[in-house]
Amino acid sequence: MTLYVFLFLSFVAIFCALMTVLSKNPIHSVIYLIGCFFAIAGHYMLLNAEFLAIVHIIVYAGAIMVLFLSTLMLMNLNDETEQHKPAVAKISAVIASGLLMLVLVAVLKKADNLQVPLTQEISIGTIKVLGKVLLDEYLFPFEFSSVLFLSAMIGAVLLTKKEKGQTA
Amino acid sequence: MNLLLNIFSVVPIQYYIFISAVLFCIGVLGVLFRRNAIIIFMSVELMLNSVNLLLVAFSTYHNDASGQVFVFFVMAVAAAEVAVGLAILVTIFRNVHTVDIDELKSLKN
Repeated sequence: MTLYVFLFLSFVAIFCALMTVLSKNPIHSVIYLIGCFFAIAGHYMLLNAEFLAIVHIIVYAGAIMVLFLSTLMLMNLNDETEQHKPAVAKISAVIASGLLMLVLVAVLKKADNLQVPLTQEISIGTIKVLGKVLLDEYLFPFEFSSVLFLSAMIGAVLLTKKEKGQTA
Repeated sequence: MNLLLNIFSVVPIQYYIFISAVLFCIGVLGVLFRRNAIIIFMSVELMLNSVNLLLVAFSTYHNDASGQVFVFFVMAVAAAEVAVGLAILVTIFRNVHTVDIDELKSLKN
């Protein structure tokens, strides 16, 4: 049963990722990417990382993809305005990424079997455990990420602000 | 809990490594394949997510919460990066009226 769920989620993730890259309309790409993110969130649930699954859906599907979608609609991009690379560039892109995949898979197949320690008590994905680790061991990076967000927010506002005398 | 003990015996860690590698390569394909800068951005997000998936898989299989905390930070940085990157793209679009990377190859106006 678990294996079938895993295979289904993997199939959905890879199919949606491929359709993200290959679909002509950018809006469709965004929709497929959201599907891919939901499949990855399903993987997180399968791996007992409930907190990360919820955060993943909220942050990616809820915030980041809405940002992408609104930007695409702001620019009014659709499949008529979409430019495509020449066929030679497309074929070379497919060959290059296929070779990368070949190398990665070949190397990982040759790797030694990873020994997984089988433990009975596993509850690391819960908010209780993650919060303790986050606010105990990783307190400084956690606080520092707030500075990152502040600077990102100021940067985004400053970048999109119209300068004086600028038209259009 | 039951589900997890199940996944140790049914799904080897290698499967997660392979699906992460495939997702990463699809992201690379997207960066090389498309001309729309926003789609390239989305492909970069896809690559980040494949790495996140692998981190969560290793963290669960080795029963160490640090990996999941790291995924949390990757998500935070990705969100900040998307906000600034899309702001830059909007500014570019406002000035040149395109986000086609083949048109944006020169810094000369």
